[in-house]
Amino acid sequence: MFHTPSIRNVEKQAKLMDKPIIIQKTRGKKEKELKDLEKAIKRAIKNYRINGILTGAIESVYQSTRIQKICNKLKVECFNPLWQKDQLELLGNLITNRFTVIVTGVFAYPLNRDYLGKEINKDFIKKISGLNRKYKINPAGEGGEYETLVIDCPLFKKPLQIKEKRIYGSENSWRMEIR
Amino acid sequence: MKILILNVCKERLHYFEFVKPIEDILKKNHIKFFTVHYKNLKRNDLNLSSKIIICGTSLKDNDFLNNLNFFQWILSINKPVLGICAGMQIIGLIFGGKLKRKIEIGYYKETFKKEFLGLVGEKEVYHLHNYYIAINKGIFEIFSETKTYKNRIIQAFKHKQKDIYGVLFHPEVRNKEVILNFIKI
Repeated sequence: MFHTPSIRNVEKQAKLMDKPIIIQKTRGKKEKELKDLEKAIKRAIKNYRINGILTGAIESVYQSTRIQKICNKLKVECFNPLWQKDQLELLGNLITNRFTVIVTGVFAYPLNRDYLGKEINKDFIKKISGLNRKYKINPAGEGGEYETLVIDCPLFKKPLQIKEKRIYGSENSWRMEIR
Repeated sequence: MKILILNVCKERLHYFEFVKPIEDILKKNHIKFFTVHYKNLKRNDLNLSSKIIICGTSLKDNDFLNNLNFFQWILSINKPVLGICAGMQIIGLIFGGKLKRKIEIGYYKETFKKEFLGLVGEKEVYHLHNYYIAINKGIFEIFSETKTYKNRIIQAFKHKQKDIYGVLFHPEVRNKEVILNFIKI
């Protein structure tokens, strides 16, 4: 359900946007992890009086319905502004909106270690579009084929500093931890 | 003539989730359309349109229920209308139906006893609603309904005399052919 590669950087991203952050630990066990998500949303409602949650769900009914159910239970809005969006259009929007995004994990054939650190740019979109046609890789990686990290975007005061990279994995399953 | 897409969302951000996916289906199929929020709808918009799609909205958004007077035109319109989720509820309410509580979120299998805009037999559909509409069966023909121990939840209906359709599920997610078949009427 959740994104894990280089996840600790979210704390730094929040600082770069001057936004508060709530950190909730989870063991990531199927369905049980939703209780942890619910706890975090409850804290956000209590501490920050939020009225809604915004998700990045595009096609994943698995993810979106689980968050919709929690929001419905807690009586807050659930926004899915990328819902059903063409995934190649979405990647193009990242470039036109001046997002610098790099790949921090790959988890599907034929993606390999060489993709780690690659930036989402026109070349990447061309390549992933080809992999979509040939291997049915989700262009935006929503099937967990790859994971990314935003290094810079118009909401950041300055780009995220990368001091150290550590790479782990084998064959078609690799992750890059950035500190 | 163009398709009129009617946005019923209270929150602007919900446009991307409930209206844009329908616009994208029409764009992809080179079908001309224009989108209007129901509170800004003018008589001329109805005159300029060939067909009308009333979109859905979020689970928490029931603002349209306080503004049903904006939808009285449905009673006299002689153009095809398709109501999706909240849109179906609006059509039902305008024709005297009653809103009833039923939460359904995610994929469900529904059975279409007769062909309904390309759907027939058992089909997987995407639901996102807290309510359904109980309607007058003298006015509407039911094409799909779920029987529970105390209720019959209508999933798809058509007005008996007019080309007015309603679906409780969201065809823009997994049943895009419903929208395209409606356009072909």
